[in-house]
Amino acid sequence: MLTVSDPKVAVSRLPIGLDEAIHIEKASVQYRVPHERIPTFKEYMIRKLQGKVRHHLFWALKDVNLSVHRGEVFGLIGPNGAGKSTLLKLIARVLRPTEGRVIVRGRVSPLLEMGAGFHAELTGRENVYLNGTILGFTRREIDAKFDHIVDFAELWDFIDAPLRTYSSGMWARLGFAVATDVDPDVLIVDELLSVGDESFQRKSAARIEAFREQGVTILLVSHNMETIASICQRAAWLEHGKLMAVGQVADVVAEYRKNQPH
Amino acid sequence: MKALDRPELIYDSQDRGNLPLAELREALKYRHLIVQLIRRDILTRYKRSVLGIGWTLLNPLGMMLVLTIVFSQIFKFATVYGYPAYVLSGLLAWTFFAQTTNAAMVNLVWGGGLLNRIYIPRASFGLAAIGTGMVNIVLSTIPLLFVMLITQVPIHPSILFLPVSILLLAAFALGVGLLLSTMAVYFPDVAEMYQIVLTAWMYLTPIIYPEEVLPESIRFWVTHLNPMYYMVNIYRIPTYYGRWPTWPEFLAALAIALVALIVGWIVFSNKSDEYAYRI
Repeated sequence: MLTVSDPKVAVSRLPIGLDEAIHIEKASVQYRVPHERIPTFKEYMIRKLQGKVRHHLFWALKDVNLSVHRGEVFGLIGPNGAGKSTLLKLIARVLRPTEGRVIVRGRVSPLLEMGAGFHAELTGRENVYLNGTILGFTRREIDAKFDHIVDFAELWDFIDAPLRTYSSGMWARLGFAVATDVDPDVLIVDELLSVGDESFQRKSAARIEAFREQGVTILLVSHNMETIASICQRAAWLEHGKLMAVGQVADVVAEYRKNQPH
Repeated sequence: MKALDRPELIYDSQDRGNLPLAELREALKYRHLIVQLIRRDILTRYKRSVLGIGWTLLNPLGMMLVLTIVFSQIFKFATVYGYPAYVLSGLLAWTFFAQTTNAAMVNLVWGGGLLNRIYIPRASFGLAAIGTGMVNIVLSTIPLLFVMLITQVPIHPSILFLPVSILLLAAFALGVGLLLSTMAVYFPDVAEMYQIVLTAWMYLTPIIYPEEVLPESIRFWVTHLNPMYYMVNIYRIPTYYGRWPTWPEFLAALAIALVALIVGWIVFSNKSDEYAYRI
């Protein structure tokens, strides 16, 4: 549950330090994967009665302890399927852990995959409002930032055209512009620094940089070790749902590389 | 480091609180999202058609015309004020229920990908589906009044009760829609099964035929044990019959709507943590 509290008091009863933005305690996520797909309700009931519903329990994350400091740029690395996205979902409160505890201080803003929630038949303008409310803004708040969003996306000429007429680059630019025109305390970036053409990429990198300067806590997932090593201060390496290493980014990346088959 | 001057939001996964109440609070907070989802549904539905939103008015009229030709000519049903307005009033209430419950379920199951990426209140989809239906039923009440005028069904002040009727229908549909959504998340086949249930349910409710044609032996079952009988009536009474509902009629509809809404909301929000795991 999300509670509002005075920053100076009331938090002391929670096991989260004042300098912590994210506090994860022995968090585990278990997915139930049926061994065979049971497609219908009828079949499910028949098998249930026969005691034949078998699930294969799969721990996407197991006993993860992690603490991310305020204002830190924190990297998450690991091979595909290691549980990185699951961990991000826990922090974005999309998923509640099966076991353990997740405490997050402040407003979390995940950078949606470009254009998630966009509708092709709606105009750019209508989509900005739709996407803005998905991010939790009121209509008036979006009114206030609308010009700024379109300026950043450089889409004034097309803002009243339906999105289906947009190129994929324009689509992505609008998505990025809406998603980052926020004032988060924690920003989640899942492999998104490659949107649009080169000049737009520079602009988006500059925007992430600006967040960092404002003291926003940034959680970055990337398979690009150069990116991670150059922006993050600390990093964590996940594999098979377990935390393999946490620490200074150079050490974690080195450790990770040593263990990858070449 | 960011300034500490504003009150802070703290999310604690262990503090589950009261899920139905928390869901209600979040839905209120995200009311702008729900409005945008309604806008999206209404704008995109007719975006490429020439008549646009005019179809919301024409659709029920066309349906009524077909049914009137078929049933009043072939079966010669006797109704108080003529068949066209009778069938149209029933059809509007039924269509509202059928479309919104179905949309609530389908939007969650198929549009739920969003739930996996970002936090939004889970009930948003259901609430938006009902909201869209409410806009539609208000618009399509216009052709009903038009048909009543030309078929000389008197319009009485009882028409002022209509907003209450629509709210009761909406509450009932939301409750049923949320229950269905919960089931459909576990068993996607519920969505298909529901289509069949809807067809059967429609024919078992006096919508295209007057209840008097039912044989005495089954009339009790089809009317008194069928919640949709009360819900269709609460819409039909102030319009077609042109009178205020009696207390028993009103209280029955109110009780059914509230029970459905409360049960649906509680079941749905208590399972709301599961959706991201399963969709």
